[in-house]
Amino acid sequence: MDSMQLFTRQTKAISTARRSLLIIESIPGIQFSEIVDVELGTGEVRSGQVIEVGKGTTVVQVFGGVSEVDLLDSKVRYKGETLKLPLSPDILGRIFDGSGKPIDGGPAIISQKYQDINGVPANPASRMPPAEFIETGISAIDGLNVLVRGQKLPIFSGSGLPHNKIAAQIIRQASLKGKSDDFAIVFGAIGVSYDDAAYFINNLEETGALSRAVGFINTASSPVIERLSTPRLALTAAEYLAWEMDMHVLVILTDITNYADALRELAAMRGEIPSRRGYPGYMYTDLASLYERAGRISGREGSVTILPILTMPDDDITHPIPDLTGYITEGQIVLSRPLDRKRIYPPIDVFLSLSRMMKEGIGEGKTREDHNNVFMQSYAMYAEGNYLREITTVIGSEALTDRDKVYLEAADRFERDFIAQAEHSRRTVEETLSVAWDIFSMLPEEDLKLINEKYIKKYLPESSESE
Amino acid sequence: MGKIWRISGPVIIAEDMRGSQVYEVVEIGEERLNGEIIGLEQDKAVIQVYEDTVGLTVGEKVTRTGEILMAELGPGLVGNIYDGVQRSLVTMKNEVGDFLHRGVRTHALDRDKKWRFTPALKAGAKVEGGDIIGTVQETGLIEHRIMVPPGMSGVIDSIEEGDYTVEETVAMLGSNGKTRPLSLMQRWPARKPRPYRRRFDPVDLLVTGTRIIDYLFPLALGGKAAIPGGFGTGKTVNLQQMARWSQTQLNIYVGCGERGNEMADVLHSFKELKDPGSGRYLQEKEIFIANTSNMPVVAREISIFIGITMAEYYRDMGYDILLVADSTSRWAEAMREIGARLEETPGEEGFPTYLGSRLSAFYERSGKVECLGSPDRVGSATVIGAVSPPGADFSEPVTQNTLRIVDALYSLDVALANRRHFPTINWLQSYSQYADSVDAWWEKVSPDYTEVRNQALITLQKEAELEEIVRLVGPEALPENDKLLLLIARMIREDFLMQSAYHPVDTYSDPKRSHLMLSTIMKFNDFAGGLAEAGMMVSEISASRIKQRISRMKDVPNDEIDQYIDSIRQDMAGGAVSLEEGGV
Ligand SMILES: Nc1ncnc2c1ncn2[C@@H]1O[C@H](COP(=O)(O)OP(=O)(O)OP(=O)(O)O)[C@@H](O)[C@H]1O
Ligand SMILES: [Mg+2]
Repeated sequence: MDSMQLFTRQTKAISTARRSLLIIESIPGIQFSEIVDVELGTGEVRSGQVIEVGKGTTVVQVFGGVSEVDLLDSKVRYKGETLKLPLSPDILGRIFDGSGKPIDGGPAIISQKYQDINGVPANPASRMPPAEFIETGISAIDGLNVLVRGQKLPIFSGSGLPHNKIAAQIIRQASLKGKSDDFAIVFGAIGVSYDDAAYFINNLEETGALSRAVGFINTASSPVIERLSTPRLALTAAEYLAWEMDMHVLVILTDITNYADALRELAAMRGEIPSRRGYPGYMYTDLASLYERAGRISGREGSVTILPILTMPDDDITHPIPDLTGYITEGQIVLSRPLDRKRIYPPIDVFLSLSRMMKEGIGEGKTREDHNNVFMQSYAMYAEGNYLREITTVIGSEALTDRDKVYLEAADRFERDFIAQAEHSRRTVEETLSVAWDIFSMLPEEDLKLINEKYIKKYLPESSESE
Repeated sequence: MGKIWRISGPVIIAEDMRGSQVYEVVEIGEERLNGEIIGLEQDKAVIQVYEDTVGLTVGEKVTRTGEILMAELGPGLVGNIYDGVQRSLVTMKNEVGDFLHRGVRTHALDRDKKWRFTPALKAGAKVEGGDIIGTVQETGLIEHRIMVPPGMSGVIDSIEEGDYTVEETVAMLGSNGKTRPLSLMQRWPARKPRPYRRRFDPVDLLVTGTRIIDYLFPLALGGKAAIPGGFGTGKTVNLQQMARWSQTQLNIYVGCGERGNEMADVLHSFKELKDPGSGRYLQEKEIFIANTSNMPVVAREISIFIGITMAEYYRDMGYDILLVADSTSRWAEAMREIGARLEETPGEEGFPTYLGSRLSAFYERSGKVECLGSPDRVGSATVIGAVSPPGADFSEPVTQNTLRIVDALYSLDVALANRRHFPTINWLQSYSQYADSVDAWWEKVSPDYTEVRNQALITLQKEAELEEIVRLVGPEALPENDKLLLLIARMIREDFLMQSAYHPVDTYSDPKRSHLMLSTIMKFNDFAGGLAEAGMMVSEISASRIKQRISRMKDVPNDEIDQYIDSIRQDMAGGAVSLEEGGV
């Protein structure tokens, strides 16, 4: 086989065109899963993917459907190769479409290095557990749902909630505590509106981060099939920057819901038996093939941190998209419509939110010795206040004891002072912790039983009610 | 030699395969990808491929190996990390680097490493399958007992102490005029249970160190349990805790279709943490299987069987083994995906109709047994599987099929997770059918175990009933005795059931410590009842010093806990006095 010569081969032997599928005569060398060009009689070219190869026939799924494909004049061209992305340091500062072509008016990337966009799984024995605290400046994250380098932590949002603002704030503010080395940003826009994509690009531009960013943009009007390649291109670029250029990379992928819907659409067109709500049974594995590309590798400098954004259909966290995502990612930041209505920004529901890598990233030498205790006590306090809030809607607050009323007030303050902060406010983790301690000082000291006594002595502000 | 005839995802069909057998291992294409025949029709073989099939093309060669999928068993398993088809990930890391490229082949057991073999028998000894012919110190914690493979017997012609690789002959076995070499390694088909003499009922507690399990819903050595829960409810952390602290000789951690970072965390922490009994690194009593969600799907299916085969092998040496599998749902999904490719008629939610039987083929390999061979010995394999129900809805097929098989259920609760009450094992929904049989074990720790356990369970049950009233009328409207019950129930929940995996002391609670904690809370119940009768308000009791001291029990190190509890109990005994002094 002559692999140096990348000439394409073609066939006109198309026997069937139905739904989105073409059945063609098998041609030697055509590979399972490769991307092919389908040229119509009119000269129009569509892409397609080989989804089954047999001895006599090969099945190709045509992106954009088979309308106008005729069995006489159309041809299928193939390379005997799967989709690859050219890589070089020059990708920084550039913007590409969902097939990897530049759309910023700049030149094509010239490189010897073409990387298969599906990536190769990291050996679990080579991975290093993520442990370096990323200070986002947002208390609900830094205090309670810590993000660390190499983690995959999605934002579960709903339509109309400020997920883009929060993601932009994280991009602007994220840094390693006490260090100034910046993240490289890889941005993958999947089926989003032009405005949403522009919002991020402009944001990067304004903060001067564009020169260390790479964008892959598939807008709502771009081909549906490229919704599947866009995040893979983005992650391939991220892996290159992290593992070969030693950079710390923050990947923003938005909106995973569009990705999953594209997956569903294409599966349905193949006539596959669907699983929950019409999504394919292999969606868990498919999503994992994206999210699992986050991480750290021992002995390598860089890291890939992934922050996917998804909008939960009907705000339903049990919907397969957030559900399967939550089963793969290392936690989730969940936005709450009720908090948003109360005009609390960022409207982060701290009960539903979780960071599984938190314990690695906090504590003495990383954030502060009392962090874990403050975290646990905050939840206990806020949970109690919330519970009481719930029962007072039935019984009224008169039926509460004085102690209970303190908890109600503490929960309110927790939302107002701890969770809420301005879009441009950047709190250090120490500031975040001291807001929590201020609120703890409202409670009877004996209730702080999740906090080690020595930290109470050290950090609890003089009680306001110490008459 | 066959040729690829069709490729459809992880399943391929090869032609010219006459003479092959189902479950035979094959090698595919230039890269010699690993596959296993799962069906035959005339000259065609349906093959599931254990590696990514992207880029394969029709006509590439398919080579038969003549062997079915075997697990390699011998010294060197402990401390190792395997992928789903038992390739050593450590070896792969050293030989091919940080990423898992296709077609790499490695042995499960190192072929060069020498092990010191000490014979237990002399030449002339008559042996049969299961007999121990000698030992190898595999790690500081595991004495590897070299056994005659099941089904073989004869007379030992020669046997010699020395340093051997796993393939070298350590003894010659003569039977019917023929002699066969015995080495440190044996192989066993992963899908087939290993034989034993007979089964026993599981009656001995498997100490896990997690209080709610050991005390309320105990697991027995040789038992089988499931731990279902929505995402983020603590399945992995619970399984990790059990794999860390369980009082077994060896644990097997099967990560099946889960996270790479999580595996990295397990691997690293087991290198650093020490076994509470021996003070040695946990890695010395652990085997890992890591087939993460981005690794080939098909390998998930076999990974579980490889794991349980290793568990049985060490069980056969007379050890107590715990195998945890995270997550059996990903395993079931792999079967669903293969089934769909084969165009089988699907059962519920697309899962194959044989889902239930495949699940029991796994869980039924747990058990406490009298092993084959001499000397006489008893071993056990305990199995715990995580289940990840979509949308945390337990009515789905994998959870339901699992519940029909297991004897203990640890039902994880999303609401508790949201409140950060860990472990989130729901005390009203979980159960253990071993509770009655391990009673006798517990009563040796303390004769009042059964009474304390029942009292606690009843209190929690009553709390749930009262909770409904509280939501209607508020806590203040309750009579004092109900308020007291709520207080005690809360203490049981917060001061006993809650147990952080990350607490330096409390992460592991031995049975005695657990008993001291709960019985002290129940004693406080009696004490507080007395105070309430004497006219003290529950709100005052709740703010008392004694109660605060109880709520700090978890922080007290093991070597101080007796004294700490003693002093609380003494103060309760002298309670009336301190009440007057306002210092309860
Ligand atoms: N016993 C525990 N002590 C302290 N924290 C816990 C405990 N159990 C769970 N957690 C917390 O809950 C988080 C989620 O737990 P875990 O990762 O085990 O969930 P899971 O059920 O395995 O989820 P998934 O199905 O998505 O894998 C952990 O990262 C940890 O923060
Ligand atoms: Mg888990």
